[in-house]
Amino acid sequence: MFDVIVVGAGPAGSMAAKTCAENGLKVLLIEKRQEIGTPVRCAEGISKQGLKRFVEIDRKWIAAEVIGAKIYAPDGTEITMAEEMAGNEVGFVLERKIFDRHLARLAAKAGAEVIVKTAFISFERRDGRLKVKMRRMGEEWEVETKILIGADGVESKVGRMAGIIRTLRKSEIESCAQYLMSNVEIDENYTYFYLGNELAPGGYAWIFPKGNKCANVGIGVLPSKAKANAKYYLDKFIEKFGIEGKIVELVCGAVPVYGEIETAVSDNIMLAGDAAYHSDPITGGGIANALCAGYYAGKVAYEAVKKNDFSAGFLRKYDELWKSDFGWKLRRNKKLQEFFLKLDDQTLNSLAKSISGRNIKEMSVQAIIVELLKSNPHLVDLIKNLLI
Amino acid sequence: MARKAVVNRGKCAYCGACVAVCDFFALELVETYLEINENCNGCSICVKVCPMGALSLVEV
Ligand SMILES: Cc1cc2nc3c(=O)[nH]c(=O)nc-3n(C[C@H](O)[C@H](O)[C@H](O)COP(=O)(O)OP(=O)(O)OC[C@H]3O[C@@H](n4cnc5c(N)ncnc54)[C@H](O)[C@@H]3O)c2cc1C
Repeated sequence: MFDVIVVGAGPAGSMAAKTCAENGLKVLLIEKRQEIGTPVRCAEGISKQGLKRFVEIDRKWIAAEVIGAKIYAPDGTEITMAEEMAGNEVGFVLERKIFDRHLARLAAKAGAEVIVKTAFISFERRDGRLKVKMRRMGEEWEVETKILIGADGVESKVGRMAGIIRTLRKSEIESCAQYLMSNVEIDENYTYFYLGNELAPGGYAWIFPKGNKCANVGIGVLPSKAKANAKYYLDKFIEKFGIEGKIVELVCGAVPVYGEIETAVSDNIMLAGDAAYHSDPITGGGIANALCAGYYAGKVAYEAVKKNDFSAGFLRKYDELWKSDFGWKLRRNKKLQEFFLKLDDQTLNSLAKSISGRNIKEMSVQAIIVELLKSNPHLVDLIKNLLI
Repeated sequence: MARKAVVNRGKCAYCGACVAVCDFFALELVETYLEINENCNGCSICVKVCPMGALSLVEV
């Protein structure tokens, strides 16, 4: 019997397994794919801060460093957010194929058992424990555990089977397509975001530099608003902006843009990362929150084992931790997302114009909102009401 | 006539977007192979969410 079984070796799962193992728990990390980290489902951008909190930086999986971001309104109006001082890189573009494996290895090194090509199928509660059914290299396999951590990403089988979360609706998920392109001519010091209801309904297009003139060129659209699939919009975007370069990889995926769930636990079970819809409703970023949630889930698993209490009541400690760390931000950004989704291109253009050329030093949603409010006093009450 | 989702494997990028929105556990991504089981009731949300346009409905 294990203390903890972690499902999914993405950032959330590996961080959870590592934390459990470091605290002396007997932990099993299962990943259904045969290779951890591939195929990639990510644009790989993360703030330096979000990463440094939980992982020691290793150049092996840093593809590029950026000093800021440029956002483009539908009419091309540019908003720049940047650290002006050299050496103040605020963001990284990762090489997730290597990063995810690195994290899984850290978990293994800390003492976790890691098994690939092994999928979670179902669980059964018995005498305060869980019987977990898996498919391991094609064979059925059953193991008992005290705690199950669902870090199985957007597919989120554990959470839905446990009744912790409900299935995402068309308006709660971004459908994404991306090319890794070579020979892309951009200033590699920035990440680029493109807005517009025609261009990317309910989402945005992006260009993230990966060094050596390579870049992730991608798009996310909200299926409830989009008239065609993400790849269609991506090809249109590339055509419209005349982005030249060779496509050397295709990446697809989906990101939850749900907002904050009420609880990420039930008896014996905790969810972390995309499985708990922990990605940001505005940016779609989820790596940093996944790392953070995985860490907290591991910590609370340790306390639960120590106290021999696996009830939802006890595991709510985990809810308290992730909610006060970043859950409130998901809640706020969901409301802001709903507000932005209602704006037509003309309004987006004029809002962008009102703050274009400003010196926005911080790369965050909050920094943009603050600037917008400074220049558009009529929005103050609106946003205030929204956020109460 | 009942309808059911089918996948064009040449287009499928095995990303799991469809799995995320299926309320009936009708879809499962076995590594790079998308399986569609008899739970599918042809609701079509997966068709709408697929980034590649790899899913469609057929009459069965
Ligand atoms: C196109 C795209 C671009 C993105 N860009 C960014 C970005 O720039 N920055 C950012 O921060 N975030 C980005 N995200 C979001 C980010 O990728 C996720 O938030 C992050 O990967 C979540 O980590 P996780 O560990 O929760 O889940 P994942 O990384 O999805 O890992 C889940 C793992 O669980 C495994 N699994 C699933 N089901 C089972 C099962 N039944 N049994 C065993 N294993 C299972 C999967 O194979 C997978 O390896 C992007 C997402 C997409 C789709």
